[in-house]
Amino acid sequence: MSGRVRENMPDYKKDKKRVDGRKMDELRPLSIKVGVIPNADGSAYLEWGQNKVYAAVYGPREALPKHTQNPLKANIKVTYRMATFSVPERKQPRPNRRDMEISKVLGEALDKAVFTEQFPNTEIAVFVEVIDSNAGSRVACLTAASCAMADAGIPMKDMVAATGVGKAFGELIVDLNKDEEDAFDAVDIPFAILPNTKEIVLLQMDGLLKKSEWSEIAKLGYVACEKIYEIQKKALSEKYQLSEVSQKLIEDKSVSKSGEKDSAKIKKESKGKAKKVRK
Amino acid sequence: MRTTVLEYDLSKIVELARQGKRVDGRAFEEARDFTLELGMCKNAESSARIIMGETQVIAGIKMGVDKPYPDNPDEGAISCGAELLALAHSEYEAGPPSLDEIEIARVVDRGIRESKAIDFTKLCIKEGESCWIAFMDFYAINSGGNLFDAGSIAGLAAFLTAKIPKLDENNKIIKHEYQGKLELKRLPLLTTFVKIGGQILVDPTYLEEKASEARFSVATTDDGLMSAMQKGPGSFTLEEINKMIDLGFKVADERRKKLLKEVKE
Repeated sequence: MSGRVRENMPDYKKDKKRVDGRKMDELRPLSIKVGVIPNADGSAYLEWGQNKVYAAVYGPREALPKHTQNPLKANIKVTYRMATFSVPERKQPRPNRRDMEISKVLGEALDKAVFTEQFPNTEIAVFVEVIDSNAGSRVACLTAASCAMADAGIPMKDMVAATGVGKAFGELIVDLNKDEEDAFDAVDIPFAILPNTKEIVLLQMDGLLKKSEWSEIAKLGYVACEKIYEIQKKALSEKYQLSEVSQKLIEDKSVSKSGEKDSAKIKKESKGKAKKVRK
Repeated sequence: MRTTVLEYDLSKIVELARQGKRVDGRAFEEARDFTLELGMCKNAESSARIIMGETQVIAGIKMGVDKPYPDNPDEGAISCGAELLALAHSEYEAGPPSLDEIEIARVVDRGIRESKAIDFTKLCIKEGESCWIAFMDFYAINSGGNLFDAGSIAGLAAFLTAKIPKLDENNKIIKHEYQGKLELKRLPLLTTFVKIGGQILVDPTYLEEKASEARFSVATTDDGLMSAMQKGPGSFTLEEINKMIDLGFKVADERRKKLLKEVKE
């Protein structure tokens, strides 16, 4: 149905809501679980609308073959694949050009988040597997992969939060689904940032767009990524919550250091920070 | 790396087997319990996720329309594929299919195909012109040993729950509309054994596979037939083979009961 205007086509300006009932800036339901693949150094399983993806991280490990080693930094190597049954029409098992390109841009996005200079001559291998899809699988993979990286304990400046943004049926929207991606006026923009520095680490686009529309879309993208970032952090804190005993130990330590009267304040702070410590 | 296999681990497994024990405390003829989740992939005609100890496998079926083979113009076909994803173990690599991958896929395929569980003539749409091909593919998500059996259970669950899409007048598939289900006349399941320290162990873990001196799989049906056998590396005596076949029937029966319960729910 690409490019052709049909009768009974949704008109988002008039309808005020989207084909699946969402508001223009509303994300599909997103849930993330980390540590789902015991063999991996870090892993995550993500469900985002109908999208379902696994991500696993192995490494840092020696980069092979040897000539791929970089004495200044680690190579981040992403392998994006889709299961044959993850799409409406069976996908051929062997990787195609789309898989290769997505692997490349995802790797480049993660590269900016990791302190790669700490691991010269190594490779950090990231595997993402899509088992069910409905538009936005690459941003789902990037969001999951960055959780898996954190789960692997790899030093990072920040997580990568990713979402689709763009335009369909006459409105600027967030997190396009398949119907919207196939709209006659569809513009699809995979978008990812490092939330702390606001740097954009993934940006692609296809469709026709005005410069002014892009400025609005970028704003939507930032807001959506912040929401995703919160869900990522929550997923990690679910695995790396401090036990009551260690929580108490930290509190006692801070009490003895800074005196009784600040203890209440510190208690509050240490709760907020109690994240990246293994159970 | 967490997943490195140490020689020490393997010799310990052999030592324990000689004493009649296994690392995880199971009896030799005791298979791991499993959980099965069905139908989570909406784009697939059916899907199944099995977790069996540390082993996790996802299987799914896509139905496609194709021309029948000239020598069987009134028959459709099935196809089974396996992928040991690099995601599932540090020893696996992304790339062209490995020998292990091909063997697992072909043994699972034979177990189902040769049991004649699926009547291929029912997959015929128009003789000599078009037929259904049921593509079952399964993926290792975490490799914790015995992907043969995990793939076989998940695969059978997928075949048992597969829906056949509706076709329009030009034999094009209408998305998300179905005309019925795939029918199975038998329920074949693989059971895999290894020999360690001269002992026969059912349903090996990853390390037990590494420590093993021989491997054997047998596919058995619910009506008391065998539909495939495969000896991997190593050798067995005839007595050992017979013992494994008997045990294979028993283990498959238990697994089948559990599988059917999940499918019916």
